[in-house]
Amino acid sequence: MEALSLLQWSFDGLLGLSLLWLAWQALVCTDLFKAVVLFIAFGLLMALTWVRLAAPDIALAEAAIGAGLTGALLLSALARSRVIQANGESLLNVPLAARKLQFRWLVAIILLIVAAGLGYAVLGLPPEAAGLSTEVAANLTLSGVGNPVTAVLLNFRAYDTLLEMAVLLLALLAVWSLGGLPQREAVTDPVLDSLVRLLIPVLILVSAYLLWVGADAPGGAFQAGSVLSAAGVLLLLAGWRLPLRLAQRPLRFALVAGTGTFIAIAVLTLISTGRLLEYPPAQAGTLILILEAVATISIGVTLAALFQGASPVHKEKQ
Amino acid sequence: MMVSDYLAVVVLILGAIFFLAGTLGLLRFPDVYTRLHALTKADNVGLGLIVIGLGITSESLVVAGKLLLIWLLVLLAGASVSYLIARAALHKGIRLWKR
Amino acid sequence: MQTLYISLALFLLLNLCAGMWRVLRGPSPADRMLAAQLFGTTAVAVLLLLAQGSAAALRDVALLFALLAAVTAVAFVKRAWPETDVEHDGE
Repeated sequence: MEALSLLQWSFDGLLGLSLLWLAWQALVCTDLFKAVVLFIAFGLLMALTWVRLAAPDIALAEAAIGAGLTGALLLSALARSRVIQANGESLLNVPLAARKLQFRWLVAIILLIVAAGLGYAVLGLPPEAAGLSTEVAANLTLSGVGNPVTAVLLNFRAYDTLLEMAVLLLALLAVWSLGGLPQREAVTDPVLDSLVRLLIPVLILVSAYLLWVGADAPGGAFQAGSVLSAAGVLLLLAGWRLPLRLAQRPLRFALVAGTGTFIAIAVLTLISTGRLLEYPPAQAGTLILILEAVATISIGVTLAALFQGASPVHKEKQ
Repeated sequence: MMVSDYLAVVVLILGAIFFLAGTLGLLRFPDVYTRLHALTKADNVGLGLIVIGLGITSESLVVAGKLLLIWLLVLLAGASVSYLIARAALHKGIRLWKR
Repeated sequence: MQTLYISLALFLLLNLCAGMWRVLRGPSPADRMLAAQLFGTTAVAVLLLLAQGSAAALRDVALLFALLAAVTAVAFVKRAWPETDVEHDGE
């Protein structure tokens, strides 16, 4: 047993040190593209860290969103600012002299105080803090699902999830309101076409699998939604665009369906039991499944639309 | 330990050696194209051997099937992505290394 | 067996950290990107090793890594390194 715990400690230690080092390098380096790749690697190691902290749900979300989607988004943003020249060299190197900050010592002192405060707070926590996990475990059978994370997200604190869905929608509206450049895709290529044709069904299946398995094992609506949006991003990268008759009502319906269903169920529970989002235990499982399914579609379409940037109807008006 | 466990140990260690070979290739080879070549060795053989080793000692056929699926997806993605990156590098004018 | 799994996982993590040198050095963006691809594959192997025995859910995380690494690489090729000119110079 001694060798095992020593190995686990060195694994975790190496993971932690590389995270710190990657973060420092990503902030310090002058080449923006290098910083983006370092950030993608940071997301990968972050997902590994969540795994070591026994939080597979968060690891799933971090892998899908942090390492995958955010990486694609940053690469796309980098391309739009035209920082990569035609011969592949990176154009944007911030000269070091321009990055000197006035009163650097003041910023350093403030950061040190914040770090010391955080360290004091973390070290002051009891080593085996149960938090609310005992209450959650006690009421798990009433919640309708077997996974405590899903129970908290979709039942006990469903109000938070409702607001998160609304925030996602608002973010998309904000991005759409900025207008946007139409993205002209370069030549497509048969290998990319075949890859996309094979990966998209797999991604959709994995999304449905994560949605279904999220009731009793790590998974759930956000993870499934982000995998679905990865499928959408792949389609967009391969040059596919939404057909015009789907780009108006059906697209907007898919975007609002998640938040709308949540609000509808909130109103229903308010009317029937007098309390907001309190499901009757007999139907809780079914309600959660319906909410998660609609939320998955909404999240997938919203994130893919965020990646695209420009509203499809707006582009057609030009 | 049974025979299958010994076999799994050998196969897993071989897989890790191929990963080391892939990393060494990534660090030491002289240009993008040869580094891509090293990368796919880690992808195909390294991960394949690790999947075989884990599949031998897995608890059910379903789990072994899932491991196989993950390996096949990594193969597919790795091969296509290597082609795409190499083609893009060629179009950008990155020259092949000649001794 | 658990000791073997975690020691192989540690070995693979060391490989991953060694590969970061290529991200720092690699003269072209493709070098940096393919180092990131290697990180993804190594992370898949690490997760599969960690999943054996106790945490079967980690295999789903490994599946996700494999898929999303492909999406990131396609985004690199199509957006950050597009072929704006289709001449066949080089070789």
